[in-house]
Amino acid sequence: MKTIYFNKFYKSFNILSGILIIASLVFLVFKGLNFGVDFKGGTLIELRTDKSSANITKIRDSFNQMNLGDVSVKNFGNETDFVVKFEKQNSNDPQFIEEIKTKLSNSIGTVDFRRVENVGPKVSAELLRSGVIAIALSLAAMLLYIWIRFEWQFSLGAILALFHDVIITLGVFSVFSLEINLSIVAAVLTIVGYSMNDTVVIFDRVRENLRKYADIKIFELTNISINETLSRTIITSVTTLLALLSIFIFGGEILKGFSLAMILGVIFGTYSSIYIANPVLVSLKVSQRTIVKEEKE
Amino acid sequence: MLYFSKLRVFSVLIFTLIISYFTISNFTKVDDEFFSKNIKLGLDLQGGSYLLLEIDNEPVITQRLQSKVLEFKKFFKDKDIKVRNFVIEDKSIIFDVENSKIDEVKSLLDDDKSEINPYFQQYKSHQFNFENMDTSFKLEFSDYGLVLLKNSSLDQAIEIVRRRVDEVGTNEPNILKRGNDRILVELPGLDDPGRIKSLLGKTANLTFQFISSSSEETFGTEKLSFEDGSSEAIVSKRIVLSGDNLMDAKPTMNNQTNETVVSFSLDRVGAKKFGKATSNGVGKRLAIVLDGKIISAPEVREPIIGGNGQISGNFTFQSATDLALLLRSGALPAPLNIIEERTVGPDLGKDSINAGIMSLIIGFILVVAFMFYKYRFFGLIANLALISNLFLLVGILTLFEATLTLPGIAGIILTVGMAVDANVLIFERIKEELKNENNSIVAFDSGYTKSRTTILDANITTLIAAVILFFMGSGPIKGFSITLGVGILTTLFSVYFIARLITAYYVIKNKHKEKLI
Repeated sequence: MKTIYFNKFYKSFNILSGILIIASLVFLVFKGLNFGVDFKGGTLIELRTDKSSANITKIRDSFNQMNLGDVSVKNFGNETDFVVKFEKQNSNDPQFIEEIKTKLSNSIGTVDFRRVENVGPKVSAELLRSGVIAIALSLAAMLLYIWIRFEWQFSLGAILALFHDVIITLGVFSVFSLEINLSIVAAVLTIVGYSMNDTVVIFDRVRENLRKYADIKIFELTNISINETLSRTIITSVTTLLALLSIFIFGGEILKGFSLAMILGVIFGTYSSIYIANPVLVSLKVSQRTIVKEEKE
Repeated sequence: MLYFSKLRVFSVLIFTLIISYFTISNFTKVDDEFFSKNIKLGLDLQGGSYLLLEIDNEPVITQRLQSKVLEFKKFFKDKDIKVRNFVIEDKSIIFDVENSKIDEVKSLLDDDKSEINPYFQQYKSHQFNFENMDTSFKLEFSDYGLVLLKNSSLDQAIEIVRRRVDEVGTNEPNILKRGNDRILVELPGLDDPGRIKSLLGKTANLTFQFISSSSEETFGTEKLSFEDGSSEAIVSKRIVLSGDNLMDAKPTMNNQTNETVVSFSLDRVGAKKFGKATSNGVGKRLAIVLDGKIISAPEVREPIIGGNGQISGNFTFQSATDLALLLRSGALPAPLNIIEERTVGPDLGKDSINAGIMSLIIGFILVVAFMFYKYRFFGLIANLALISNLFLLVGILTLFEATLTLPGIAGIILTVGMAVDANVLIFERIKEELKNENNSIVAFDSGYTKSRTTILDANITTLIAAVILFFMGSGPIKGFSITLGVGILTTLFSVYFIARLITAYYVIKNKHKEKLI
């Protein structure tokens, strides 16, 4: 296979990544994330209407009359399905949902409540906290693993790549106001695993090549290693993306957010293994001595 | 890495076949408990309700402090220590002690073997912590005292919850403790939890108290409102009888009034108490109070001695049935709040299963086709490994009767996509080795050896993520972490035992062929 000179673009892509990260952080800080009921508390109702004449406006109007706080109505999959979210949650009143259903049927005809989620403020706060802890813990665990397995220069590269992927993925969710729920946390954790996996494969090769070629500069060496592992990188990304696309397209509305986050994560993860992790090795001037010294100790 | 002993080949085959059998057993019916296991479907796939209840322990704490005050009074009286000014304030007991006995009281409370402030011998912590200022003592539950109190009220509550849920007769309910003040109730197949919620939302504290005017009462009186909110009445604080003495309750028809009522029967102690009270109270109105609201207050026309009675109160048959059920199952030690509820209708569950299976099939076909296109014959080997991987994964989930959720299905599909990675790493490595090595057996062997650490590294990272998710995630997400984690193990097995076995067999047979891969 022809050699591709990835290393020529280290600088430009690093600048691009830097811009993306800053933009993501700006969005995350100033616009924030669109938390679903899992993390914000409130009520979610997925409903199916009898006929397609029941449109979003009608449904929103009838919900607005019920005094439930901030109401959001979205089409969900096909045109008779809707997801309604509102702030009020009153799971202690056993008639709460029943009353909403009655009022709704009076104004728009027969409705079927396919899913009801009702999360109290205490639970949502706990879920959010455990979600954040889970992500932090996974990052820490990866750090520990890579720190045991590689020299610190490599660890730094891998961890920067991880943060890059997680921040930009969340940034995209912020920009497009996509909903963050429990399954997104699962997706982020899987992204962390995948991104690390991808980086480790290239790093293993870099380290092997460092031992083999004493006289090749790290700038060249990373490029050789990327090229040698390139076809694996492509094939694995493609098969993983094929599986994820299949979930995204055919897996139903509930898995849309999850699979989208994963797709973004796999793309960023593959990119960052090449353009974040490797340039870090270059700027830290990793050489044969880096790994030989460690091995002697 | 290409050598396999006969025994090894045999055990790999047997293992794969046995585990795969459990996959198939999901689709067949065998009349044997061990051999016909099924994967359990999560509530999001089979439909049902998930309720998280939290006990409100405040009333229990107050109650316990009140009875503790009585205990203290008696205890100090026996010891001839004068104490006064008992107050319960801010979840603590405050009292004053005569000047000369301060040190004695201190040591009584602080003693390792203290009777009045127990637990130290067992738990290295007293039931109460105390502060002393001059003559005043302030006692507060210690952390451990509070934990024990919460645990005991949780134990009682879960028992009552179980009885109530069982009485409603839902299909295989799952009732579990969560922490020390929460109860998780899973009700598969239930798509309208309204009735269960109203049953669990009631403490069901039943008391019989006479309606009275304030002046004549020594116990004091309280003002209670009627259930229907129509009016209020002054009720004596003296409790004639409580629900504890109830043996049975059922809805019946009163023949004279043609009204639905709840008939109850009392145990012996209760019947005696009730008989005595009604004998003395002929002509008075006896209020039947449930959770602080009067259901009805009929006049006592004659003494009720047999221990059987009726509660009337504008019931429908349903509400009478529910009240009878609540009375039979007993009162909760404290009110329960529903803090989380998730209900999935059976339709959505079915749709989710279909969508999940559809995307699994399509994802699988795409990956298999791509691998065949990339590697031809070795693609077939990888695909065979992938198929056995799927069988092993589903088989193991079935064997351990794990719960499959919608994210769990996503985890299986993701496994399909990522599982080929290991074989790809190996094949790519072999290709490189073949460039410098003429002996194809040597090249294949070193391809396997040299890619091994990378493959382990790569899979351990994903496994770490799965394990953390398993411990931190809940419900459906846990399902995802299980399939993802087990998927990694089956992937490694299928790559290193099944695919390698076939590869070895093929390479040894065709070692002189040009361009093997």
